[in-house]
This record gives sequence, C-alpha cells and structure tokens, in this order.
Amino acid sequence: MNMMASPVTDAYLRINGAGKTYPSKHGPVVALSDVNLDVRPGEFLSVVGPSGCGKSTLLKCVAGLEGITSGNITVSGKPLMGPPDGMGVVFQRDVLLDWRTILDNVLLQAEFLGHPREQYRDRALQLLERFGLKGYENRHPWELSGGMRQRASICRALLCDPELLLMDEPFGALDAMTRDDLNVELARMWQETGKTVIFITHSISEAVFLADRVVMMSRGPGRIVDIFDVDLPRPRPLAIRETDAFGVYAQRIRHHFAELGVLHE
Amino acid sequence: MKNSLAAKLMRDNRSLDIVLVLLGTTILWELAVRIFHAPAIILPPPSAIWAAFMHSPWVFIRNMLYTLMTTGIAFAISVVLGVIMAVGIVQSKFLERTLYTLLIAINSVPKVALAPLFVIWLGTGASSQLAVAVMLAIFPIVINTVLGLRSVDPDMLNLAKATRASKFDIIYKIRVPNALPSLFSGMKVGISFALVGAIVGEFVAGGRGLGFLVLTAQGQFDTTRVFVSLVLLGIMGTILFYAVDVAERIALPWHSSQRQPNA
Ligand SMILES: Nc1ncnc2c1ncn2[C@@H]1O[C@H](COP(=O)(O)OP(=O)(O)OP(=O)(O)O)[C@@H](O)[C@H]1O
Ligand SMILES: [Mg+2]
Repeated sequence: MNMMASPVTDAYLRINGAGKTYPSKHGPVVALSDVNLDVRPGEFLSVVGPSGCGKSTLLKCVAGLEGITSGNITVSGKPLMGPPDGMGVVFQRDVLLDWRTILDNVLLQAEFLGHPREQYRDRALQLLERFGLKGYENRHPWELSGGMRQRASICRALLCDPELLLMDEPFGALDAMTRDDLNVELARMWQETGKTVIFITHSISEAVFLADRVVMMSRGPGRIVDIFDVDLPRPRPLAIRETDAFGVYAQRIRHHFAELGVLHE
Repeated sequence: MKNSLAAKLMRDNRSLDIVLVLLGTTILWELAVRIFHAPAIILPPPSAIWAAFMHSPWVFIRNMLYTLMTTGIAFAISVVLGVIMAVGIVQSKFLERTLYTLLIAINSVPKVALAPLFVIWLGTGASSQLAVAVMLAIFPIVINTVLGLRSVDPDMLNLAKATRASKFDIIYKIRVPNALPSLFSGMKVGISFALVGAIVGEFVAGGRGLGFLVLTAQGQFDTTRVFVSLVLLGIMGTILFYAVDVAERIALPWHSSQRQPNA
C-alpha cells in the first residue's frame, strides 16, 4: 500500500489546484482549497469525508454546475466550461418527476440532451430490465419503493451511455439491505461498461467495496488528505467485507478520520 | 385496483355524511321553527323557502344562471391571466420586484372595499361585476402558482442543468407541471372568491343575478326570498368547488394519489 497514489499519466479528468469560495452573508466560505486529483479513464473513485468537507461542492464543480474560483479542471485534456459531454448524475434524492411514468422519467435524459426519445426507448427498457424494474415501466414513481426509485434514477443517468458517472451519496437514504443490493448491481454495471465513476459516500465499507481508489477529504477548508488504491479482486462478493484485506482498508480510513478528530474511536 | 376502490368508497362515504348532515339540519330547522313559532321575517321554515322557490322557479333559475355566468367568466379570466402573470413573475426579476410586490401589497387590502371604485370607473353592469370578481379571484391563483413554480427541488434543476436542458424544457417539463397542484389549490380558493366577487358586484352594480335578488328581497323585508337565493348560492358554491376538485383528480392523478397515503 503506497501512501499517496502514484501520479497518473493518462488522466481522463484532471483537477489542478482547484479552490472554491462561496460568497455568503457571513462572509466568504472556503469550501475547497487546493484540490489536486487525477482520475483515470474507467476508474471507480470513491470519495469519503466528514459532513461539510466539500464533497458535493467538488462534484458540482466537476459537473460544471458551479465554477471553481481558482485552479483549473480539464476533461479529456479540454478545460471544463459548463457541464461536460457524456455525463450522468445521480443524487441522494432520486428527483423523479411524479407525473411521468418510470419509462418517461428515464427518457427525460434524452429529451434534455436534445436526442429523439424514440431512439432511446429500447435502451431505456433494457436498462430498466437490467436493474430489476421490468414490469414497472408504466408505473409512476410514487408506486415504487425508495430502492426501486433510485434504480430508476440510475437508469436515467445511464440512458445516453455517459463516459462519466457522478454520484452524490446515491444510496444514503436507503436501508442497509437495499443498499447492499444496489452496491452489487452498480459494481456489476461498472465492470460491464467501464465507465468512469466518482462516487461520494458517508459509508466507509461502501467506499472500499466499490472503489479502485478511495479519496479522503477533510474539513476546514475542504481538501484531500489521502488517496489510496484498493487492490481487491473483482468481481467482489458482499462477503469480501468480512475479509482481513478489506478490514485493513476500512481501518485505514477510520484511523485517518480519528486522527483528524472527526471520528472518535 | 383494490386500493383505489377503497378510496372511492371513502369519498362516497363522505358525501353521504354531507347529505345526512344537511338533511338532519333541515329537519331540525323545520321542527324548531314550528315548535318555537319563529316569525317568518326572522327565520322562515325550509318548507316555506321551498314553496317560495316553487312559486316562481324561473326567476330564481334565470338569475342563478346569470350569476353562474359572471362567476365562470371571471374565473376563466383569472386563471388565464393569473398563470401568465405567475410565469412572468418567476421568469423576470423585474416583474418579481414590481408586479409581485404590488400584488402582495394590494392583497393585504380588504379588496371587497374596492368594489365601489369599479362602479365609478366602469359604471353599473356586467363589466363592473366581472372586474370585482376577477379582482378577488386572481390573487390566490397568482400567488399559489408563483409558489408552485418556485418550489422545484434544487437537485432536479441541477440534474436538468447537468444534462443541458433548455430553458423551455425546464419551464414546460419541470416547473409548470410541478406548479399544477398549487395552481389547483389556488383555483379552489379562486372559484369561491369569484362567486363572492360576482355577488358583491351585483350588490354594488346590480340589475340582475342572485346577489341582486337578495338585495331587492331584503328591501321588501321578504326574508323567505332572501333565503331562497342564499340556498341556491350555497348549492352553486358547493358544486363549483367540487367541479374544480374533480377536475384536479382527473388532471393530476399522481397528485391526488399522493395526498391519500393509502390510495
Ligand atoms: N451555495 C452555497 N453557498 C454558500 N456556502 C455553501 C454553498 N454550498 C455549500 N456551501 C458550504 O460549503 C461547505 C461544503 O459543503 P458541501 O455541501 O460541499 O459539503 P459535503 O461534504 O457535501 O457535506 P455532506 O456530507 O453533508 O453532504 C459547507 O461549509 C457549506 O456550508
Ligand atoms: Mg453533500
């Protein structure tokens, strides 16, 4: 286990000395300070850190929803100006539209991107089937459980086959069992498609279970304090979480946060 | 399937309750008037009200239709104008600062008191009546619609921006449908206010309508005829309110089902 990850030469996403300061009534809030991160193409990156350390801010900056106030971000070598091409996002709340059926909610992605709906219909149905929602295409979101709704919102993000998938605590509101299911499904999808994923979570075991690399952030101001590789074989069964190797990684995160005083052992 | 049937039965049960309560009240009313010999000028019995109606039903029905027409037209104007204003207010910082501020300020004035002004401006007759009704009905519609248009989940907007949704898509695929439940609750208040406005309009700029009938019957101390008009107004108000309610259930099945946790 190397302390800081080796430099990445073929970065897909490159974050260079990025800083973000929000103006506010009580003066400027420094949400991110000197963040440096290279993301390899096809990599699964988990980001963990205490509440308020700037994880969502980092994700919004990468998504082009917020501008950074210093440094720069490049995607495939091009400086980021607004939302990049080929990106899908999933938030903690599924934000499905109640007046649309599940299928129409998934197709919304194509509509927003300005693609003809009909072209994506078959793909939407396939995705829904892959994520266990066959037979629910014509139901409305309020007829589905929280886990099913979040599955639908993942299908929506995947509809137009994005290269980059940004997920901000997507399973944070789900019960432990549903969460396990979705972790397995997400890992399987990722292995089949080779997308680049940035996955924010509060759960240490979820972070390790899914990731190729784990990024640890800390507060005051928001910054990256450690990055390490997770060398566990794939596909990973849920039971891998009980192995010693897994425990070492989880312990590393816990230990780090304890040292930073954000987690008390 | 079974659930929606259960919900329907629940609803039917409620309308059954209403019918029973009204029937009970009518019987008690009739009995009380007869037992205590209340003079008809104070409180006529339901039987006398019914007789007065049957004596000249077409006069009442004609005037009721007139009031209904005023209410309906005023309501339609309020909805169309109100929605246009609300979209403008949400889309334009300038309109928000001017028009919306003005609307909020006027809204706290007891607007019924402004009714005589319209008679000065527009004279007696239908246009004054309409103006008073629109003035009352449009406020709840604009204000509710503005709130609905604004209350979109910020993450939904983030998602839309991240997928480069057009401004048009954001308004017509997210904001407007999201505002429909609020629009309908504004419309439920608005339809009642339109009726109130029509009556007040007939009071001050009269000539025709149930409000005018109330006024003339009062002038002749014909309490029974006043009550006939009031009962008809009550029936009309209830039917109008439920008409909007039914329209909402049909237009927004997703919303009505959400409101009833077990439906
Ligand atoms: N729009 C904003 N305006 C002002 N300050 C903001 C804004 N958004 C976030 N912040 C501040 O920036 C800091 C980082 O917030 P952020 O939401 O990125 O944290 P987070 O790591 O995602 O937290 P959590 O784990 O609770 O989701 C916080 O101090 C927050 O108060
Ligand atoms: Mg967050």
